Amino acid sequence: MTLALDDVKRIAHLARIEVSDQEAEGYLKQLSGIFALVEEMQAVDTTGVEPMAHAQEVTQRLRDDAVTETDLHAAFQAVAPQTEDGLYLVPKVIE
Amino acid sequence: MLNASLKQLSALLAEGKLSSVELTQSFLDRIGQLNPSLNAFITVDREKSLAQAQAADELRAKGGAGALTGIPVAQKDIFCAQGWLTTCGSKMLHNFVSPYDAHVIEQFHRAGAVNLGKTNMDEFAMGSSNETSYYGKVKNPWNLDAVPGGSSGGSAAAVAARLAPAATGTDTGGSIRQPAALTGITGLKPTYGVVSRYGMIAFASSLDQGGPMARSAEDCALLLNTMAGFDRRDSTSLEREKEDYARDLDQPLKGLKIGLPKEFFAEGLSDDVAKAVEAAIAEYRKLGAETVEVSLPNSKLAIPVYYVLAPAEASSNLSRFDGVRYGHRALEYTDLLDMYCKSRAQGFGSEVKRRIMIGTYVLSHGYYDAYYLQAQKLRRLIAQDFVEAFKQCDVIMGPTAPSTAFSIGEKSDDPVSMYLSDIYTIAVNLAGLPGMSVPCGFGGNGLPVGLQIIGNYFSEARMLNVAHQYQQATDWHKRLPPLVKGEG
Repeated sequence: MTLALDDVKRIAHLARIEVSDQEAEGYLKQLSGIFALVEEMQAVDTTGVEPMAHAQEVTQRLRDDAVTETDLHAAFQAVAPQTEDGLYLVPKVIE
Repeated sequence: MLNASLKQLSALLAEGKLSSVELTQSFLDRIGQLNPSLNAFITVDREKSLAQAQAADELRAKGGAGALTGIPVAQKDIFCAQGWLTTCGSKMLHNFVSPYDAHVIEQFHRAGAVNLGKTNMDEFAMGSSNETSYYGKVKNPWNLDAVPGGSSGGSAAAVAARLAPAATGTDTGGSIRQPAALTGITGLKPTYGVVSRYGMIAFASSLDQGGPMARSAEDCALLLNTMAGFDRRDSTSLEREKEDYARDLDQPLKGLKIGLPKEFFAEGLSDDVAKAVEAAIAEYRKLGAETVEVSLPNSKLAIPVYYVLAPAEASSNLSRFDGVRYGHRALEYTDLLDMYCKSRAQGFGSEVKRRIMIGTYVLSHGYYDAYYLQAQKLRRLIAQDFVEAFKQCDVIMGPTAPSTAFSIGEKSDDPVSMYLSDIYTIAVNLAGLPGMSVPCGFGGNGLPVGLQIIGNYFSEARMLNVAHQYQQATDWHKRLPPLVKGEG
């Protein structure tokens, strides 16, 4: 697989990371090296192998549907960049 | 006192020969003196640490003391600690004073241990050299021009230079074991699920595991006793009976079967590391162990598999850093999308961005099957190799890292060569097995070599026994870096 500069810019956009053209060139070179390494995986036939998502074969625990958390919003919002009346402020999304 | 074990420190505290305030004070003084040259700590807060020490002394006076009461422990800056700046080595969290405690921090707090400060680390635990920290590189106490390894390099350097009696680390692909090897200390990554990940800032959730970093296996056992335990707030925390990880330390090793994977002693391993590891294995034979050759044929794929799975999980985990609820927000932006893109571009360093981009790509439409799914299938083959190997042996041994500590700057421009320094540790994370690194000698350049001990699932007590018996017969773990020699 060969990466092109446009691929890098598209990935960066999907990842919500602003990159300059110059930075994109640098990432293209490094990511191409990493993907060359990753390409070694394709040499192995894995037909019929069950994918392993997790180290332990355990199922998700369930809990009673009851309130367990206390209201800590003041403490949590104390570290937020911008809040007002208990709400997080972001630039206007809907005109 | 600087070279005392946790057991010895605990005895001094119990006998009233030393108070936690005095002990904490002396380590804080040492940090003040040596941290400027090592950069092992990101945050030191004398007042907070001394207040905890005072509380520990009061707890002891009331008769409520346990094995770690009053003992100062340095905490990797990946663990959220209430009221403490918790940066994860990133500019993204330069202003994040945690509103809550990680489970590990709570456990130490309950035990009456003192938080000695937050240690430096590779940004978001992504790195093998501690060069990716926003807060500057950490130096190896054995040679200030060499890296301490990573990502738990601050913890490793702090313990090696005796700035802390013990520390915590986390290990996603080798981040406890590789820095332990490169700085001559003992570190243990437990079985996945033994230590809660609650409040431990996530990198790759199916691989991340916290563990102890200390001077000896015995100290690691005491720390693990406090760190391990079920926690319902981590959905992958395992519900198991409480164990005493120190229970088997004194068992003899006669009849122990050690598996030696031929793939770990092949091309790519430095001669001096091979020599030290082979000498350690000879020592084990003297202690009554038998060796058997085993094979981990798929382990050569561990690095490619890891560099698909870990970035994929990271790209998802790190999407929470959006400049809205906590962390860095760009000062200027045009709209919401621009705010995300600029905040993330400014807040993350280049290694973190690389990994987020790899992860985004392998999870994107059209590439998922070829990369992510293929990597998950290979992960199973890698894990199955260990299942087969453990039919023939009790523990697996080999080198922790292919070479001793490399020079600062040597690999920082070449991600692939940096990734290869975790070649012997990564497969263990993929399988979810416990792994340790134990000091076993020195390389040609006088820098420490680590012996890796890999155990079967939940065999930590046995592994600690295996390491402890070696440390009773050898003194590699007691050697001091030149920086520390000549001090009391």
